[in-house]
Amino acid sequence: MAQRKLRVMVAKPGLDGHDRGARVLSRCFRDAGYEVIYTGCHQTPEQIAAAAIQEDVDMVGLSCLSGAHRYLFPAVKKLLVEKGADDIVVVGGGIIPDQDFQLLYDAGIKAIFTPGATLESIVEWINNNVKPR
Amino acid sequence: MEKAKKIKAGDIREASRLIRNLEDSIPEAKSTIKHIFHFTGHAQVIGITGSPGAGKSTLVDGLIEWSRKKGKTVGVLAVDPTSPFTGGAILGDRIRMQRHAEDPGVFVRSLATRGSLGGLSKAVGDAIHIMDAMGKDIILVETVGTGQQEVEIINHAHTVLVVLVPGMGDEIQAIKAGIMEIADIFVINKADREGTGKLQRELMAMLDMSPIKPGDWRPPIIKIGNAFEPTEFEKGLDELTTKVLEHHEHLVKSNLIGDRIRRKTAHELNEALRSAILEPVMKVLVSTGELDRMIDRLLKKETDPYSIAEEVQKRYLHGCF
Repeated sequence: MAQRKLRVMVAKPGLDGHDRGARVLSRCFRDAGYEVIYTGCHQTPEQIAAAAIQEDVDMVGLSCLSGAHRYLFPAVKKLLVEKGADDIVVVGGGIIPDQDFQLLYDAGIKAIFTPGATLESIVEWINNNVKPR
Repeated sequence: MEKAKKIKAGDIREASRLIRNLEDSIPEAKSTIKHIFHFTGHAQVIGITGSPGAGKSTLVDGLIEWSRKKGKTVGVLAVDPTSPFTGGAILGDRIRMQRHAEDPGVFVRSLATRGSLGGLSKAVGDAIHIMDAMGKDIILVETVGTGQQEVEIINHAHTVLVVLVPGMGDEIQAIKAGIMEIADIFVINKADREGTGKLQRELMAMLDMSPIKPGDWRPPIIKIGNAFEPTEFEKGLDELTTKVLEHHEHLVKSNLIGDRIRRKTAHELNEALRSAILEPVMKVLVSTGELDRMIDRLLKKETDPYSIAEEVQKRYLHGCF
């Protein structure tokens, strides 16, 4: 009996090794009933985009606490679009100053979650905005 | 047809989507498999099983590297467990394999068990066909972290590696039925740790008790050291890959490969029949609410599961579904 299950990838681009947040979110997504592919730390945008396509995910969640999100998040989105995977939703989170939000939205990042965002609110956003393709 | 063509041409997006459709039981997925089935049967399938944290994914990463150095293309199917409570899953095997993510000759796909109990996912057989039809030379299938009895990998792999680590129990564990019987090759991983010698002796004693005739394959025991000591690790990996090749040669020479492929095919037909027959029946029983009423009757002890099953079987044979 056909039933689509949401597949999401949690990835940490760049040279930031602080993955507690990414792991907490992966666990939270598991409990929300999603299949979660976690790639681990220190990933290049190229590795993340390739893995997202191989895994046929509906969403990629990027976590970055190092300040390099202005470069790394758009780079992942751009690579996905180039590979014809513009239907994969990209969201981001981490230490991201308010003034960078617009730049990221303009680059195609659909949502940004910063410290203080509750797990419930993140899952609610995903349930409302990301449908299994 | 179009999809089958794309998959044969190696289109990863299309292939991964088809695997997803099979996992999600989308009916049209089966028709694509019908179109690619004829093109399968070329890949060498290697199964990797063993307890959680034994080092299976790290070993798979090493095997990918070895295959690529030999110029072979690789497909990897890595299975992790689904939560029995939420249906969610954390698929973390590819963390160890990410250095190959950008290599177009390597396709890694993670699968969740979704309730399958044999250590794999029900989609794994077809996923192997898909990677095979894509032209992958070697397909590595990593099971969930297994205990004693998740042995379904023998229905899919030509060569099965059972990965053990020192310090996992006494010698009785080594002679129990189940996972200890299915190894074509034993790997003692993390062999820099205490207890390696003891484990090796226990395995050898167990193998000495097996009735092996001349010309039979005796599963070798390969020790692989700490993956953080590259020289040691690679030395062990070299020995392992030599044995993997030897085992494959043995299968071909002794024509045992024919038996394995037959077993694999029989299993596949069994599964296809089961789903073709059971699924329409269940669909009717669920949608009419009859299944719930049957459960109610069982709870009230008005009848028993076997009587209900016989009743349903009679109706099925009379074409009532």
